[in-house]
Amino acid sequence: MFGLAKKILVAAALLSVTNVAFSQGTIKMGALATLEGAFTVLGEDSMRGVRMALEEFNYQAGGKKIELITGSSDASPDSAIRATRKLVEQDGVQVLIGPLSGSEGLAVKDYAKTQPNVTFLNGTSAAQDTTLRSPATNFFRFSTDGAQWMAGLGEYVYKEKGYRKVAVLAEDYSFPYTQVFGFLEPFCRMGGKAPIEARFWVPIGNKDYSSVIAALPDDVDAIYVALGGADAVNFLTQYEQAGGELPLVGGSITVDQTVLGSKGRARDFVIGTPSAGPISDTWDNAGWNAFVAAYKKQFPDGFPSPSLFAHGYYINTKAALLALDKVGGDLSDGGKKLRVTLAALSFDTPTGQVSLDARRQAIADIYLTEVVEGPGGNLLNKTIKVIPQVTQTLGVPYEKFLGYGQVGRENPRCE
Amino acid sequence: MRQFIERHTFWAIVILLAAAVFLWMIFAIWPEWLITALGRKKTFVSTILNGVTLGGLYFLVASGFTLVFGLMRNVNLAHGSMYLLGAYVGYEVAEASGSWFLGLTVAFVAIALSGVLLQVLIFRRMEGDELRQTLVTIGISIIAADLMLAIWTGTTYQFSPPEWLFGAAELPVVSVIKSSGDPVYIKYPVYRLTVLGVAVVVGIALWMFLNRTRIGMMIRAGVNDREMLAASGVNVQLVFALVFAIGAGLAGFAGVVGGTALSIAPGEDIRYLLASLIVVIVGGLGSVTGAAIGALLIGLAEQIGLAYFPTYGVVLTFLIMVVTLALRPQGLMGGR
Amino acid sequence: MDAQRFFSGRTSFTDIHPAKLVVVIFLLAYPTFTSDFFTYQIGAYSLILGTIALSLMMLAGYGGMVSLAQMTVAGLAGYLVAILGVNSVGVMGLGWPWWVTVPVAILAAALFSAFVGAISVRTEGIYTIMITLAIAVAFFYFVRQNYVLFNGFTGYAGVEPPTLFGIYWRDPVPFYYLSLAVAAGFYAAVLYTSRATFGLSLQAIRDNPRRMSALGYNVTLHRIVAYLFAGVIAGTAGVLMVWFNGRISPGSVGVAVVIDILVIAVVGGMRHPSGPFLGAIAFVLLENFAIDLIDRERFNTVIGLAFLLVVLFSPDGLLGLWERIRRRIRFRRPTPAQAGHTQPADRYNADPLERT
Repeated sequence: MFGLAKKILVAAALLSVTNVAFSQGTIKMGALATLEGAFTVLGEDSMRGVRMALEEFNYQAGGKKIELITGSSDASPDSAIRATRKLVEQDGVQVLIGPLSGSEGLAVKDYAKTQPNVTFLNGTSAAQDTTLRSPATNFFRFSTDGAQWMAGLGEYVYKEKGYRKVAVLAEDYSFPYTQVFGFLEPFCRMGGKAPIEARFWVPIGNKDYSSVIAALPDDVDAIYVALGGADAVNFLTQYEQAGGELPLVGGSITVDQTVLGSKGRARDFVIGTPSAGPISDTWDNAGWNAFVAAYKKQFPDGFPSPSLFAHGYYINTKAALLALDKVGGDLSDGGKKLRVTLAALSFDTPTGQVSLDARRQAIADIYLTEVVEGPGGNLLNKTIKVIPQVTQTLGVPYEKFLGYGQVGRENPRCE
Repeated sequence: MRQFIERHTFWAIVILLAAAVFLWMIFAIWPEWLITALGRKKTFVSTILNGVTLGGLYFLVASGFTLVFGLMRNVNLAHGSMYLLGAYVGYEVAEASGSWFLGLTVAFVAIALSGVLLQVLIFRRMEGDELRQTLVTIGISIIAADLMLAIWTGTTYQFSPPEWLFGAAELPVVSVIKSSGDPVYIKYPVYRLTVLGVAVVVGIALWMFLNRTRIGMMIRAGVNDREMLAASGVNVQLVFALVFAIGAGLAGFAGVVGGTALSIAPGEDIRYLLASLIVVIVGGLGSVTGAAIGALLIGLAEQIGLAYFPTYGVVLTFLIMVVTLALRPQGLMGGR
Repeated sequence: MDAQRFFSGRTSFTDIHPAKLVVVIFLLAYPTFTSDFFTYQIGAYSLILGTIALSLMMLAGYGGMVSLAQMTVAGLAGYLVAILGVNSVGVMGLGWPWWVTVPVAILAAALFSAFVGAISVRTEGIYTIMITLAIAVAFFYFVRQNYVLFNGFTGYAGVEPPTLFGIYWRDPVPFYYLSLAVAAGFYAAVLYTSRATFGLSLQAIRDNPRRMSALGYNVTLHRIVAYLFAGVIAGTAGVLMVWFNGRISPGSVGVAVVIDILVIAVVGGMRHPSGPFLGAIAFVLLENFAIDLIDRERFNTVIGLAFLLVVLFSPDGLLGLWERIRRRIRFRRPTPAQAGHTQPADRYNADPLERT
């Protein structure tokens, strides 16, 4: 009865011995994204970003070959940690790119602290606290966080659109909190209002917004919507069905390709919605155009234009490769030199220059956009404005920014 | 009815009073104190309507589930997958043909056929072995969910129903009187009202089918005593296959109806499976009337929860289930 | 299988089958020849999942009650450890010492399990699977939406096992032995119970509740006590689980995980307590290494197919499959398991599902 268990264990033990093989001429790089579950599409686009960067370097850095090992999570922190642990402890990766979502990022950062000899670079996870509070010294984020993504939007809708009072509709977890904070902080500082009772926090995955729509106040100028993917599409359709007429302001993933590319009539409704984020489909810039062209050439079956997931993974992978090049692929010191190089690295990306602050968080450009219909009938985010070099603390000193408190349903209070 | 009033005079009065208060709340202009207590009237009326229409949708899904169980004692935990598959199939057909109604029809037929296949190829081989059948349906739902994800990815799909189903209608219910003296009527999406209408029609049709036709009679006889039905010379397997076809077909049908009201995305299978489970546990397994009552209760509980105490909405639904199980383990309308 | 002899002290070293001795030695020596990764993420994790599945095996195999809420019970214990003890997210974290939190968490899990039992055992057998699935899904939605107590979508992080006797109990080797001790303890307990009066009456109730009721047994109480015991097992494993991950969030008690536990128990085999562990090892190995062999994307199809094949063709899981192979190879020598067999040939044909 125990025979089979024994055999499996013996086989497992053998695997563990054979798999730690370590060759001198290659560097093992891990990439972790959500390749299972509902976010699979996003995870796949992330991997395209990683492959693009590697392709650009011909799978070589500092004279060594890069071996890519992929890991998959289902967007839950538990599975992210299990996959990370496997990549690091079993496959022996020395550099790891990932993960994709906010709570995974927080979990991987905590894990990074237990693996000081491995260098971690973020994928697209955008929770503030991954780098803001108790950061890990070996976790680098060359992509921006959820509050940074909103830079300039609050000011824009206050000044240009003339909105003075907005309702807020967002999912009830940390990423939308961060986005709401990033949007409201400047909006309210200028005098805008977002009453607490006009903020609606819906459970993630909620499909039926009719009750929320019924409760939306009539005396606001616009609705700020920070819902992602399916949730956003649902809300938009139901809002139109219910005869809603208020203009919208979008969070970064509300009008991402996932939503713009969705099938159905919700897409018609988002035309004209202002938003902000780390990329813009229509930015007329040589670097960006080359990036999009390379993406399309390499992945004809990908999205019509790279998503912010492909973009984030691309930037972080490229940072790793550039730094590896600089240290000549030398990781014999447990990656110490590599991390010093990474901390000081500053390079040109398809979306402008990126450098890191003292907590290894990116300072980069943010794009203010508005949804327009492209020539082929595709919806696109048209660039209105580029907000240069946005810092994580949105321009105020670190200590003062910490004083704003953790993001949450009532931060800022805005009264 | 009269019997009930005579036997439970007190409760009859309570129920009538409650109904009167409720009707007053729907049609009267709300006084200040009521607005302070419950918020705007528009919210209240919409919430009740949402609850009732959602109940209609839940009934469409759960009636098939309960029908199959009633006759075959088969707890089909792949019912949610059938809902989702129906939605996807209906979407593909509607997109290709441009006709939403064709999508609806094909979804019903296709899922009905898949139900027959399941019954003939798998469940017939393990008749009487309910637990194993249930485990098989779990296995099928795991695989189905993954394959649907492979084919239709994680993208959200939305139907384009005919124009006249889209948009909002003004109800003859006044929410407030404007300062100018003009009444403001409450608007409500036409499509949701249609869902409710469809559910009522399907409910009545099912009832007629079960109570007024020969096959319906056989099915009811089978529910009561399967062996006896077989002994009386009826081809039980044919009846089984037919019931499975109707049950599964209804799930596919509901997939298109529900997918149009909300949207189609991975994870909806679990949501509607859960809804069906709770509806039939509350209503009583095997009873179509029970499914209707359960669906109404759960739909209302969910929407009232979402509107008035969002974080505890699930608890309300759950409480209804626990209280029902404690007082009537067989469900409200469960016979056995 | 010879638990009774073992516990009555009438056993000697020579009675133990050499193969079992090898397994015991192997399990004890395992960390000495494997990497930390294999000790921790494969070894300890399999033991924890196996223990949770063991609680399901006990209910289903001996009691005929397939409860899908066992992961939920474990999750509740894990959540309580984070809520009552220390966490790093700044919500709740009452800071109670571990020797208070752990017993309270396990007790609460056991009571919750008994409650699940109480509301489901009065109905017919097949209802159990539906009610417990509904409870599991409702619990998942609830913890995801409730911020006051469960910290919603984010859940809890920074949950630390105690440092005791100078040992940090999350280090791979100590944690492995801790999990092994818990798993072995409950394994023996379940094996013993199955041969004790309580376990025998439970199996008799599974086979014919009406007869047992007529004989004067309190059927409902027996079943609820079984749930209580299963709750202690799952709750303890839940504490280990939260220490293992250092965190807990709604995803830890999601539908997929709930179903995984069922898959593990069914694939392993529900006739003997070793089945769940066998299933857990297979599951964890597959979970970790499938990505190196096949496209990870279709992992769930593989799991689902394995499950379906087992249900369709080998109702007793890997355990049954192994038995069958062994019987074919050495059909002349009946094993004690066959000689002292008290269970019906096909568990699934047992009576609890019979209409009353």
